[in-house]
Amino acid sequence: MYTDIVLDHFMHPRNVGEIPDADGVGSVGNPVCGDMMTFYIKVQDGRIADVKFKTFGCGAAIAVSSIVTEMAIGKTLEEARNITKAQVAAQLGGLPPQKMHCSNLGTEALSEAIANYEARVAAGEISPQQSDA
Amino acid sequence: MRNVYLDHAAATPLRPEVLEAMEPYLRAEFGNPLSLHRYGEAPNRAVQAAREQVAALIGAQDHEIYFTANGSEANNMAVKGVAMMARSKGKGNHIVVSAVEHQSVLYAAETMAKIGFEVTQVPVDRYGLVEPQAVANALRDDTVLVAVMLANGEIGTIEPIAEIAQLVRPRGIPLLADAVDAVGRIPVDVQALGVDMLSLAGSQFYGPKGGAALYMRRGVRIVPLIDGGIQENGRRAGLEDVPAIVGLGAAAALAAQEMEQRTQHLLPLRDRLIARLTTEIPHVYLTGHPTQRLPHHVSVTVQYIEGESMLLFLSMQGVAVSSGSTCTSKALKASHVLTALGVDSALAQGSLLLTLGAGNTIDDVDYVLEILPPIVERLRQMSPIYPGK
Repeated sequence: MYTDIVLDHFMHPRNVGEIPDADGVGSVGNPVCGDMMTFYIKVQDGRIADVKFKTFGCGAAIAVSSIVTEMAIGKTLEEARNITKAQVAAQLGGLPPQKMHCSNLGTEALSEAIANYEARVAAGEISPQQSDA
Repeated sequence: MRNVYLDHAAATPLRPEVLEAMEPYLRAEFGNPLSLHRYGEAPNRAVQAAREQVAALIGAQDHEIYFTANGSEANNMAVKGVAMMARSKGKGNHIVVSAVEHQSVLYAAETMAKIGFEVTQVPVDRYGLVEPQAVANALRDDTVLVAVMLANGEIGTIEPIAEIAQLVRPRGIPLLADAVDAVGRIPVDVQALGVDMLSLAGSQFYGPKGGAALYMRRGVRIVPLIDGGIQENGRRAGLEDVPAIVGLGAAAALAAQEMEQRTQHLLPLRDRLIARLTTEIPHVYLTGHPTQRLPHHVSVTVQYIEGESMLLFLSMQGVAVSSGSTCTSKALKASHVLTALGVDSALAQGSLLLTLGAGNTIDDVDYVLEILPPIVERLRQMSPIYPGK
């Protein structure tokens, strides 16, 4: 069912973990549905400097989370926000049709984390300079 | 690495004796049982012999056995057949099913609902047990069918069918027991149970796929699902799958002979697997009844993680099991059985189903307990809802 790339990311996921002093955190899905992803980001000079994830979900969900973190690192916030589920699926060498929604969840979680960062900056909780340090 | 097959609920390996019995009908004896020339003779006799073997396994008469392609077809034949017969006679509009029936019963009833039947689902307790009085309370004057499975394939619980039959039959309402997961594993006697219809499948007890049957007590009337030729006494048309039927018969004969020793073999393995899983890995819970349970059946929920990812890791290390999680189901639906039990939806996603068979040993059980704990720990460390310990 899964491509070798998906299986590789499933068995050796990149960037698993939390960032305690994250600049932005985004959570989508919920365990009731069977898929939940939480993304943590650090932002520097308007780019994603670091990203970690925690995921409750199937093989596809874990693989998607892992590859989204790889795709996000170093991108500007705008670029990161614009990562599409089709691009995610392509990077994974394809996903079974019933698993395509997982790729959506991954990009949404990343977008949520970015939105959370921007909201915190707007609210004065953190400043762009602070996250530059 | 060991290869450990623990998904006997999905399919079972063919016994060599079964294959041997089937072979002539895949080779020289290829004829149609209804042919009047000599090519029909041996196939015709073989189908009849299989009919008697299946009847003997469940305490029925041979003319009460109708061969089908699988358990789902048998269930559909029963549900839709009885409902449509009632409809054609202008009699009754109500069907009673348990909340934990197999999809083939539930969806057949749903299809009947689309053409005007009313379906009542009888709830179950936290073990998945149906209360006989609850079934009786659900009966109406226009009830045409009651369907409660003999045993549930997802949680292993064995239902009190005899007690239910005692409350249903005096009302003159036919009772269907889906026994697909039970026949071949526990003694099943349709007289003792008091059922009017019962489904079974050889794929569950070392017979071939394609060999299944519906028992219908003499006197039950149905509108056939498949119209056409005169096979199966006009109730299920179509050229018989002779090899599969022969295989089913041979498997039934073996099951009848070996029932006692199969149970003796399975019970200690089942109980060891249940005990070790629930005590050695934290936050693992048995689903289904602890004792009123199929002898081969282990179903648990593993908290904080999801079933398909467990399945994949287990499969990579040689262990084949199943799960009732949403992601595992191609239809992306949460298990209706676990939902009916009141299992927390998030917890239900961590469902793991391990079903033992004749080929399993204590080393297989211990191997699972060797490789599963690190898998669980690894997935829990990745999980956003794991509180740690």
